[in-house]
Amino acid sequence: MPDKEKKQGTNISRRNFLKGVGTGTVAATVAPSVLIGSEKAADAQAGDAVANATIQLNINGKSYQIEVEARTTLLTVLRDGIDTSGSNIDLTGAKLICDRGECGGCTVMVDGKSVYACMMLAIDAQGKQITTVEGLADGDDLHPVQEAFVQHDALMCGFCTPGFIVSSAALLNENSKPTVEEIKVGLSGNTCRCGTYPFIFDAVKTASRKS
Amino acid sequence: MASWGEASESRLIGKRVTRLSGKDKVTGKAKYTFDINEPGMLYGRILRSETPHATVMGIDLSEAEALPGVKAVIPLIEVGNKLRYQGQEIAAVAAETDDIAKDAIRLIYVDLEELPHVVTEADAMAADAPQIREDWAGNQSEPNIREDGDINAGFAEAAVDVEATYHTPVQTHVCLETHGHVAKWEDDQNLTVWASTQGVFGVRNDFAQHFELPANQVRVITEHMGGGFGSKFGPGTEGRTAVELARITGKAVKLMLTRKAEHLVAGNRPSMTQSVRAGATRDGRLIAYDMKGYGTGGISSGAGFTGPYVYHVPNSRAERVNVAVNAGNQRAMRAPGHPQGAFAMDSLMDELAEKLGMNPLEFRRINDPNEVRQAQYTLGAQEIGWHRRNSVPGSGTGVEKRGIGLGSGQWGGGGGRGTEARVTINADGTVEAVTGTQDIGTGVRTVIAMIVAEEFGLETTDVRVKVGDSQPGLPSGGSGGSQTTPSVAPVIKTAAAAAKQKLFERIAPLLEAPVGDLRVGTGTIYVVSDRTKTITWKQAAGQLGMESISEGGTWEEDLRQNGAAGTQFAEVEIDTQTGAIRVVKIVAVQDCGLAINRLTTESQINGGVIMGLGQALLEERFMDPVTGRMLNANLEDYKVPGTFEIPEIKSIVFDTHRKVTGVGEPPCIPTPGAIANAVYNAIGVRIRSLPITPDKILDALAEKA
Ligand code: FES
Ligand code: FES
Repeated sequence: MPDKEKKQGTNISRRNFLKGVGTGTVAATVAPSVLIGSEKAADAQAGDAVANATIQLNINGKSYQIEVEARTTLLTVLRDGIDTSGSNIDLTGAKLICDRGECGGCTVMVDGKSVYACMMLAIDAQGKQITTVEGLADGDDLHPVQEAFVQHDALMCGFCTPGFIVSSAALLNENSKPTVEEIKVGLSGNTCRCGTYPFIFDAVKTASRKS
Repeated sequence: MASWGEASESRLIGKRVTRLSGKDKVTGKAKYTFDINEPGMLYGRILRSETPHATVMGIDLSEAEALPGVKAVIPLIEVGNKLRYQGQEIAAVAAETDDIAKDAIRLIYVDLEELPHVVTEADAMAADAPQIREDWAGNQSEPNIREDGDINAGFAEAAVDVEATYHTPVQTHVCLETHGHVAKWEDDQNLTVWASTQGVFGVRNDFAQHFELPANQVRVITEHMGGGFGSKFGPGTEGRTAVELARITGKAVKLMLTRKAEHLVAGNRPSMTQSVRAGATRDGRLIAYDMKGYGTGGISSGAGFTGPYVYHVPNSRAERVNVAVNAGNQRAMRAPGHPQGAFAMDSLMDELAEKLGMNPLEFRRINDPNEVRQAQYTLGAQEIGWHRRNSVPGSGTGVEKRGIGLGSGQWGGGGGRGTEARVTINADGTVEAVTGTQDIGTGVRTVIAMIVAEEFGLETTDVRVKVGDSQPGLPSGGSGGSQTTPSVAPVIKTAAAAAKQKLFERIAPLLEAPVGDLRVGTGTIYVVSDRTKTITWKQAAGQLGMESISEGGTWEEDLRQNGAAGTQFAEVEIDTQTGAIRVVKIVAVQDCGLAINRLTTESQINGGVIMGLGQALLEERFMDPVTGRMLNANLEDYKVPGTFEIPEIKSIVFDTHRKVTGVGEPPCIPTPGAIANAVYNAIGVRIRSLPITPDKILDALAEKA
């Protein structure tokens, strides 16, 4: 067993930590604290049977090589993926909010159409043009939708905003002059808890006049 | 006496200014806690109980430990202790990827001895219910009783009375960024934590105490955060677990709650069930009120609600108890206790008015002692077209029936002491404002920049604002109670005024004028008695040479005011064949004191109305009595408002004075009552239980027929 006292810099004991997490007062034995040592992990690695694949993705006009598991979603690659050159992709604009295709927080464009990145496997995104919220602006020039969102204050906490921006841009790609009803339909796959909808509708209207 | 000056003198204060963080938020550059990627960072996950009530007999972590990529596994409950609700923490892992962490969680084995549970208030209060809270006989707290006047005398005087039972279910906050942290130990004694929190300094102090560190060796950063609504004040078990996992692995650890856990353990708005009897005199005076009610805040207490509310009742009695159930703890949720109480009270008011044969608006005018709201009634009634309502409820013809109703609310939002801030003028003319508050989405950064820019004659974009970091050691309170702006704004204002005064002192000799004669223009400083004497802001700051001016501020009572009255009018349309309810329009007249930024204030009113609409029509936590689990712990079955539900909203910033009042919470209060009353006006049958769903409408219509 590796030395579990190794990181005891603050002198806090396991016992005290447990007390603090509010689990009550009944005295009992505590399962031992566990720090997995490198040997143990290496042993287990030998039996590792998960098949990984290296794929190539085109994101915001840039090509990335990434090692993925079959189950890895496009969203995971964008946010947490590491290029084979060792650099983080770090496109964290798209958010994981519901993890099941309900909220639109993870919306990106795949070949110009809006897609829930949490519902798409990374391997299925090969050979396609992926555009994230980070890829919409042209340098310092914001996309008309982005500009209109700022102008109308169509965001509060802003956590849902990247998803709404991409969905709105995709909507305008298909319908450059949507009515409010069409905007509601076009953005019905996105959720905002802060309640920015009225100003989002205004913003998309404004953007549609510009584009 | 400190003042914000007259509206006519203001260049920025009270105007519509787009928020400073807007560009970062629309381009995806804004980094939330969830977006922090530290080199070598591990991913934390928590194993949670699926059983609502059980004793832990054993935990086996060994298989999880053996999984490649897993770096630490720790128990979060001691064997022998009890789990008291679904979602309670059992163990945690840290692994190289989130997927591995997910796999590892599945490899933890827990031996439980199940105990009988109760998850509904009715089951908990039943005579044969299992005792789930040792300190509460019959799973109920001691009643909280409030009495005023003499209810018997009051009812004796009443010409009419109404008896009714109103219910609102448990709601969850549904923060889109789940509760979470990224923890990183710089060394044994220095901890940095990115936290999705409404209270940077509170979280810092919690970690310092828990991990036995001096407070100034803990740095908490919240640059942006994705919604809290009252549920994100402390670090919670998940925060402490992230720090502990980081400590034992020596790596940065990110631990965000899953969507499911967010529903289960990250707080909720308690339920309310109240049986109330109220009476009024023939001339329309509310004279007696007698209410008995209960609510559940899960296994914890805190299920209070208001009542009587807003309107004056000389004789009242209110008795409330908390009921314990095996479910996650409540936490403050946007105007805690108010929307529930307001829904019941405004429904009751309309029921009484009808018995009196009185227009509900007139009935309120007689009984509402608040002058601000009296003025709001007039304005709101005009905006909605109150005369269009059905004078006989349900009398509209056709399949689709429309109705109009109103509701009211009241909040404090006066802010308080405890904020420290610094405003700095550098020799190159740049300006900084720093304080330890946090921007939870209300736009406090922009408000700070506007105040400083107004004081200095600059643009908001000229001011660099730093908030959401405990590092400079300039504390501010948590963002709760609608207190942020009224707590922060006065301190920023006085700090900026002090810095300006210092700058004036430096340049007065240069301009050959007394300090008192200097004024700021737009990007300039000039002498009021001789306008030819003027220099640019940059030139003035240039006089500082190698120095800079940096001043703190004080909280001035005169710059803020407590008390935010609001009223809302709703128009709905009901399809009497399907029961579908569409809110057509809401007029929200909200007292905001001095709204520093009208644009972001309107955003907040819209947001409050929409959250209130969710409570009125959609939101409910469903518990399965048999398994004791929440049935809709996701975003598919737990409905929050989406684009289709959004009516036309007319948010009216009703500014009655030039003092700052916070407005984050109050706009969600009147909405459910206004909608419920509009539904009644449309169909002539009253739904006394939220959310008002199509099935309830159809049942009510069938009963009426
Ligand atoms: S996270 Fe993908 S739709 Fe919600
Ligand atoms: S702005 Fe906060 S969730 Fe949409």
